[in-house]
Amino acid sequence: MWYREAGDFKKTYSEDSQTFPIRLDRIGYFVILLVAVLVVPFFITSYAANAVLVPFLIYAIAVLGLNILTGYCGQVSLGTGGFMAVGAYASYKLMTSFPDLNIFFVVILAGFVTAAVGMMFGLPSLRIKGFYLAVATLAAQFFLVWLFNKVPWFYNYSASGQINAPERTLLGYIITGPNTSPSAKYLFCLAFVILLAWIARNLTRGTLGRSWMAIRDMDIAAEIIGVNPLKAKLSAFGVSSFFIGIAGALYFTVYLGAVEVGEAFGITQSFLVLFMVIIGGLGSILGSFAGAAFLVLMPVLLKNVLVGGMGWPTDIAAHFEFIIVGGLIITFLILEPHGLAQLWRIIKEKMRLWPFPH
Amino acid sequence: MPNQLLFAIEVTINGLMAGVMYSLVALGFVLIFKASGIFNYAQGVMALFAALTLVGIQNGQVPFSHLINAVFGTDIHHFGWHVPAFLAILLAAGVMVLFAIIVERYILKHLVNQEPIILFMATIGLAYFMEGFGDLMWGSEIKKLDVGLPQGGSLWLEAKSKVLGGDGFYGFYIDKLDIWATFFAAVLVISLVLFSQYTKTGRALRAVADDHQAALSVGISLRAIWVIVWSIAGFVALVAGIMWGAKSGVQFSLSLIALKALPVLMLGGFTSIPGAIVGGLIIGVGEKLFEFLIGAPFLGGATENWFAYMLALVFLVFRPQGLFGDKIIERV
Repeated sequence: MWYREAGDFKKTYSEDSQTFPIRLDRIGYFVILLVAVLVVPFFITSYAANAVLVPFLIYAIAVLGLNILTGYCGQVSLGTGGFMAVGAYASYKLMTSFPDLNIFFVVILAGFVTAAVGMMFGLPSLRIKGFYLAVATLAAQFFLVWLFNKVPWFYNYSASGQINAPERTLLGYIITGPNTSPSAKYLFCLAFVILLAWIARNLTRGTLGRSWMAIRDMDIAAEIIGVNPLKAKLSAFGVSSFFIGIAGALYFTVYLGAVEVGEAFGITQSFLVLFMVIIGGLGSILGSFAGAAFLVLMPVLLKNVLVGGMGWPTDIAAHFEFIIVGGLIITFLILEPHGLAQLWRIIKEKMRLWPFPH
Repeated sequence: MPNQLLFAIEVTINGLMAGVMYSLVALGFVLIFKASGIFNYAQGVMALFAALTLVGIQNGQVPFSHLINAVFGTDIHHFGWHVPAFLAILLAAGVMVLFAIIVERYILKHLVNQEPIILFMATIGLAYFMEGFGDLMWGSEIKKLDVGLPQGGSLWLEAKSKVLGGDGFYGFYIDKLDIWATFFAAVLVISLVLFSQYTKTGRALRAVADDHQAALSVGISLRAIWVIVWSIAGFVALVAGIMWGAKSGVQFSLSLIALKALPVLMLGGFTSIPGAIVGGLIIGVGEKLFEFLIGAPFLGGATENWFAYMLALVFLVFRPQGLFGDKIIERV
């Protein structure tokens, strides 16, 4: 009744091509944004920030990145963990080599470094396709983790092989290090999420995004109608790695603070982000957020219910977590292969017709 | 002969043996990929699950004992019997057949006609599920697997080959288990080839691998074929699980052998059984030799983690379908 485009007249081109064509969507978007920026920071607790909100925001960035590559450009990548490690180690090297550099620019630069590495590993995608490519990206995963483990220059020759984020401030607030307040962590990540989601949304509906989707749907046909596959594939790898690098940098500097590369950026990380993409919905910005939220929240909930609520030993709860995550993924793929984003689309379609069934 | 060369030969032989082990896992992948176009990531976890089941049956463990104890406050662990190895292997194979039937009925049937990436994701989900399920059923501690295969270095070979080298050389060290693994792998491959060439079911399998729709139209039941293929893959997983489990204990890391098999597949081609064998041997020898000659002296070691992938990656750039894979023909 109230959720429809009737009566909402578009008078200019920019109005016609806006991201949220329905008024209620626009209102909802700005309300969520206002709540996230102005309300949540005042009520955030340390537990909520560290267990739920900050990982959600960071994973959302990584999922956006992988979704650009896999969902929009159709190139399956299993190297996400390795690229996040590049972001983390780039930010560490920048922070320790240039102590005066603003942390904001450190994170952005780490993103660019990762983009360069990602494009290098994206080069074989011009020859290799499908599953062969997916397995080939595993080369990036294993090689990069090995590199950061074995070359002491990357961790500044520290005895433990770990990297630790030194304390940095932004506008007078502490952003990294152990003394950071939860709201500062949250707001710093949120700023990046808002910026990058806006970039992703606008990239994917522009020329570049359309060329990615053409490549995804059928690369030979796209080539014939004049899409340059070299440009499209490499730009997808570059942009995607930029996002993932920023996620990795934030994961290290803001969220964990101290990182051991094999533990934090192993193959499980790659799969986790890929699951978020699939469950959220391939080729959807909203789906990226939904997928990240789902897989960050679920283990926390399960742990609270099974260990806290029913008093089971933690190892059995951990086994159940595996079973439930695996089962849910299969169920999701059977019921709705296009993920949470598709469910939301169906709900929206129903809402527009409501109260009529057809 | 100079010792350095002899060491290199020893490394090569051990690499060949390791390659056979990789091939065993890769074989399961190829079987399923050929027959259903599914890239079965769960193959490694299937090997883990099969080995866990085998050990559990052999030792007479009560399934889900941890869970039962946690929920009802009881304290049960074992039935108190020991099943002989041969019978236990048969029972474990039976469990894998049951598993194949369940997978077909509850997962594959519903995912017919989906894109390959979706099916791939489903097998990753299946891998997660089985990892948790296997641990829940049999417990997650490291278990010892003993089906009566000889273990340890072959003293005979060591004594015989000692004469080849000088003072610092003590003969070739080769694990007896690896020799047995090679033997079983050979038996397995030969019987698979015979099965697919000379039996009616084998012909049906090849028909399905060739063309799903054409196979359907001449009256081959796709669902029955899938159950058979997943059962065979389950049996291959059991063999791989026994070999790897006897070598390094049955534990979570066993499921990671899937990651070792992936570059083998890329190198050999996803659709070729000989490719899986040859690819496995190349990767096995390649990574051991690289570690011996370049990795350990110059790069700080542990290059085995990524060398196989890099080799496969470089190789694929020149031959995108792998060594023996079907030529990729794309039509618009």
